[in-house]
Amino acid sequence: MLKTRVIPALLLRDDALVKTVKFSKPGYIGDPINTVRIFNELEVDELVFLDIEATTQTRKPNLRILREIANECFMPLAYGGGLHDFETAKEIFEIGFEKVVLNAACHTHPKVIEQLAQHYGNQAVVASVDVKKNFWGNYEVFTHSGSKNSKKNPVEWCKQLEAMGAGEILLTSIDKEGTWSGFDVDLTRRVSEAVGVPVIAHGGAGNLEHISQVVHQGKASAVALGSMVVYQQKGLGVLVNFPDKEKLNKALQ
Amino acid sequence: MITIVNYGMGNLGSVFNMFKRIGVEARIVDRPEDLQAAKKILLPGVGAFDNAMKRINQSGFLDVLNQKALGEKVPVLGICLGMQLLTRGSEEGNLPGLGWIAADTIRFPNQNGLKVPHMGWNLVHPATPSPLTVSLPDEPRFYFVHSYRVHVDDERNSILKCTYGVDFDAAVQHENIYGAQFHPEKSHKFGMRLLENFARI
Repeated sequence: MLKTRVIPALLLRDDALVKTVKFSKPGYIGDPINTVRIFNELEVDELVFLDIEATTQTRKPNLRILREIANECFMPLAYGGGLHDFETAKEIFEIGFEKVVLNAACHTHPKVIEQLAQHYGNQAVVASVDVKKNFWGNYEVFTHSGSKNSKKNPVEWCKQLEAMGAGEILLTSIDKEGTWSGFDVDLTRRVSEAVGVPVIAHGGAGNLEHISQVVHQGKASAVALGSMVVYQQKGLGVLVNFPDKEKLNKALQ
Repeated sequence: MITIVNYGMGNLGSVFNMFKRIGVEARIVDRPEDLQAAKKILLPGVGAFDNAMKRINQSGFLDVLNQKALGEKVPVLGICLGMQLLTRGSEEGNLPGLGWIAADTIRFPNQNGLKVPHMGWNLVHPATPSPLTVSLPDEPRFYFVHSYRVHVDDERNSILKCTYGVDFDAAVQHENIYGAQFHPEKSHKFGMRLLENFARI
């Protein structure tokens, strides 16, 4: 049977890997190449890289680093950040990534999503959806690293993304990100039940129980881990790691 | 030396990177005439069946591929869509495939709760022994992304099986023709071993 994918989600800022809390306070983790070598040794399922400043600073992806990563990693790779046109995404595919992650471009350049899905297949196009609860407790979709409120409803928006050609949805809870307090299971379930494509739950993972909850109750197809795989524990120092395979398999059963 | 055919469909960078990592010489060719001297051929592919066959036809690769595979009998490994192209045809399209192996490419049945594409890591089970699959590490698992699956006429041509709702042929062989439905170049040590095996054939 297909294994539930457990995916380190790594944040790039300039030439470094960082980790944020609720999309702010980026803390330095280390050199991306050294870090991916460790994940390669640990034989993780897949890696997602997100450049958290490419869109807000309107600059292109850091191809030099991404090329080095692709030369080191023999697992599926996804990249997001600063992708707004077909040509830039094409460069990402050509260096050996097989998925591109688009967030703001889904709002501003929907045609690009369609084009990419037609050319590379839906499985190669991941739509990233960052969600925050407002004052009244309603979910809203944000872009630009959480700085712009699109005012869209995440469930409706994800249905549209599927129709546009997105083959997967990376669903991030801004309120939970970096907090170690568990995923937003309710949000994940609402979106998973509304779309036919896989949903990757992201934001809040602190232990195996959280992973189990979001897969079983939240109906996530895959989970993305941040703090858990780059820190020893909450409040402690940097340690690149990955949950023990047997314990993880048990949690996913 | 392994010659990777670039007919415009596929993730050539990562295949090339993995050959480099395992110390196997490889080169990517864009023109049919550069395929003439090939001793071993890798046929990659990602995308739609008809689109790939159209490109193979239009780029002029078809004749030289047939001559290499059927005439000279050089080892050929098709991966992902590249494996499906080895069959007679696919339910995904209307164009005939290369027809080098007695098999068809068919759709995954609609099954409750199983999303298509079949995407992610899955275990494979050995079927007919083959030089491509010798000494794979324990509990071999590979990374798959596909919506269609290959079904061989003769079970002896099935060298690895996988299950996703239904059993299907994850790797196939007929004489010098090999195919792998998964992405060895994205499958850690399991993929490295498989590509090393291919380089040794």
